[in-house]
Amino acid sequence: MLLMIAKRMLLAIPSLIGVVIVTFLLTRALPGDPAAYFAGPAGTKEAIEQIRTKLGLDRPLYEQFVRYVKDLSKGDMGTALTTGQPVAADIRARLPASAELTLLGLVFSMLIAVPLGILAATRPNSLIDHACRVVATAGVSLPVFFTGLILVYVFYYLLGWAPAPLGRLDVFFSAPDQVTGFYLIDSLIAGDGGTFVAALKQLALPALTLGIFSLAPIARMTRASMLAVLASDFVRTARASGLPPGMVVITYAFRNAMLPVVTTLGMVFSFLLGANVLVEKVFAWPGIGSYAVEALIASDFAPVQGFVLTMAVMYVALNLIIDILYGLIDPRVRIEA
Amino acid sequence: MQTKPMKRRDFLKSAAATAAAGVAGPAVWSPAKAQDRKETLLVVSESGPNNIDIHGRGTNVPGYEVSWNCYDRLISHEMKTLPNGVEYYDRDKFKMELAEDMNVGDMSVTFKLRKDAKFQDGTPITAKDVKWSLDRSVTVGGFPTFQMAAGSLEKAEQFVVVDDSTVRVDFLRKDRLTIPDLAVIVPCVLNSELVKKNATAEDPWGLEYTKQNTAGSGAYKVTKWTPGSEVIMERNEAWALGPKPKIRRVIWRMVPSAGNRRALLERGDADISYELPNKDFAELRDAGKLNIVSTPFSNGIQYLGMNVTKPPFDNVKVRQAVAYAVPYDKIMDAVLYKLAKPMYGAAAGTPTEAVWPHAHTFNTDIAKAKQLLAEAGYPNGFETTLSFDLGFATINEPLCVLVQESLAQIGIKAEINKIPGANWRTELNKKVLPLYTNVFSGWLDYPEYFFIWCYHGKNSIFNTMSYQSKAMDALIDGAGAAASTGDKAGYEKNVKGFIDLAFTDIPRIPIFQPYSNIAMQKNVTGYQYWFHRRLDYRAFAKG
Repeated sequence: MLLMIAKRMLLAIPSLIGVVIVTFLLTRALPGDPAAYFAGPAGTKEAIEQIRTKLGLDRPLYEQFVRYVKDLSKGDMGTALTTGQPVAADIRARLPASAELTLLGLVFSMLIAVPLGILAATRPNSLIDHACRVVATAGVSLPVFFTGLILVYVFYYLLGWAPAPLGRLDVFFSAPDQVTGFYLIDSLIAGDGGTFVAALKQLALPALTLGIFSLAPIARMTRASMLAVLASDFVRTARASGLPPGMVVITYAFRNAMLPVVTTLGMVFSFLLGANVLVEKVFAWPGIGSYAVEALIASDFAPVQGFVLTMAVMYVALNLIIDILYGLIDPRVRIEA
Repeated sequence: MQTKPMKRRDFLKSAAATAAAGVAGPAVWSPAKAQDRKETLLVVSESGPNNIDIHGRGTNVPGYEVSWNCYDRLISHEMKTLPNGVEYYDRDKFKMELAEDMNVGDMSVTFKLRKDAKFQDGTPITAKDVKWSLDRSVTVGGFPTFQMAAGSLEKAEQFVVVDDSTVRVDFLRKDRLTIPDLAVIVPCVLNSELVKKNATAEDPWGLEYTKQNTAGSGAYKVTKWTPGSEVIMERNEAWALGPKPKIRRVIWRMVPSAGNRRALLERGDADISYELPNKDFAELRDAGKLNIVSTPFSNGIQYLGMNVTKPPFDNVKVRQAVAYAVPYDKIMDAVLYKLAKPMYGAAAGTPTEAVWPHAHTFNTDIAKAKQLLAEAGYPNGFETTLSFDLGFATINEPLCVLVQESLAQIGIKAEINKIPGANWRTELNKKVLPLYTNVFSGWLDYPEYFFIWCYHGKNSIFNTMSYQSKAMDALIDGAGAAASTGDKAGYEKNVKGFIDLAFTDIPRIPIFQPYSNIAMQKNVTGYQYWFHRRLDYRAFAKG
């Protein structure tokens, strides 16, 4: 097991180096000129040149790259011009916000999609199977910003059940002391029930929005993989041996159907983390996606590079976790490794 | 924020009282917090500051708002009430702020400082703080230095400490914009000792420190700032340069979705919002549940510009033809929902007045446009591109589509070129776009100020058309000279002259004067329109 983890880590190094080079070149290829942008509406040619020199953008590309890598090795991702803060600090402050939202969305999605997929697979072409198809198709075809706005309109504007879509906390609550950066966990650690409830309320609608969007791949994958497993010989044997249907489905079939589902979960999670930009915009969520987009609009190189790099590291870590999970679910994977 | 634990702790302390009420109701405000709510202003807008010091490198416009409220200047403006009841800054009447007396001499102006004024940390404000701050603004480069130079404030030697409480500003030349330029946001007074303590060898002006910390004497101080999500400002209880502000705390949240900003207002959760699309403002105004204040941008115009150095727009007849082809009324109705002041369609023969912005006499007249285009030698029209800034797409995109449609009727095929906000300035400054729409607005509300930037042959970056005319330069310079000597008749003659010339030569076609739109709850009073169009929290109150 340890050997496998070490092997995977080694394999990740070339991809990370590739990511560093590619993001550096890509951000340089962006059409905007950060110097002109930050010189402001009244920036004269001299002012723009002055800013360019200060940012080091007048140096040749390889020199900029060497400097970037040197800083990076010290953990310095540069300073974001849009927020005026070090990129590392920005990401540290914003990543938990996105991760908390995405995880909650995923949990919600799993709670609905996995049972729905299993039910649909055990009763193919029944009413529940069609319902699963409709829910999945509707969820994936509604753009997240649309679902988000509809939810805000209904639950906040019309009904008044949900709090104002103003980010992670109601304006009159202060953030709990940072331990994990997840407000739900931090508020519990601090023993502050009020803040916990307030944070949960703020999370409900955006997590629901993300969850609806990610229902489809999970439900469909569960259904397909369950169908395949249920048709296999060992399930037939189990049934023939007179095992109760619930035990057949859950203990034997579901465990074997989990592998592709876990793979999908990993994919969906990493996809959601990057793609929840629109949800973050709708709910004024101070997450990492909206941060990267704002930086991109301003041609602010450092945060874009920092964002892509963080995401790359997370993908690598996630894949590693999925591989480990594989081993837990399917002993054969362990033996092969 | 881990970078400034002190601030957060302060904030926690101050917020403890409010949070003590316990679990909140579903809405932002619950009854237990009524008193707190009365003294708290919740402002929502699309974007927030990236730097809270206006002298900083690349400080954005929301950052100006923080500077305005957290720092004081030597002088400011009095208010006047417009006929529609809006409080509007009085361009011609100055109010003493940190100064208690201003004495204008022939080639200098002397300020006596108030003895009782103190910085937020309690240190008294002295003449050397004022000089250090003014020196800083003309030295750091970029926007602040540029703005100071607009009022002939260019060198540190111009600012002289006479004694501990007296500062003299020497004039480089006679310029009537010098005094008004001392009342804009840039010449704010910083706590020089505090900033110097936090300065480094590479950063002698302490810009890194003031980027995230306020070091002034103003009526508000920033107690928490999370870039991209919120700014919290608390009243400076020791501030005594004016009536005590009624709002104890300002919470300014960034809400990127315009639909949600509107929902927050309608539900009564947010107190003030700006940067809503015109359509929303028009609907909110008609619904009548909120207070909507629309005020024209002072000295600001959205226009259609043409590059006059290259054919076909080097031909004045082509430019006039375009001016007759713009679908002005459609733009006013369908794009702006009438929330703008038309800058076209003055009756022919209306005498020109010495005021700016000023409406021109062009109207939509396709037949006349066709005829002019034929006279110019383009009876079948030509092909060109029409560029706009995507950063302001809500207005620019429909406007350009309407113009494109209308130009097609006279044979001009204009392809629309959308330029991302980050790239707009770069493209515009190259001065190669043949046809484009843009806005210019000046803080200092004087016709010659606008014209120096936009029409003068010294070809500033705002003369986006590269327009060159000896006659125009003479009129603009003449107006400036007449103003500095107080020659009213000569001034008016020159101003009328350059306005007329701008409309006959028509290198840029003014379309409308945009409105600054603010929506607030009915119980919020005290909104003031300032030249910088940002909020001044000092005057606000909640009933």
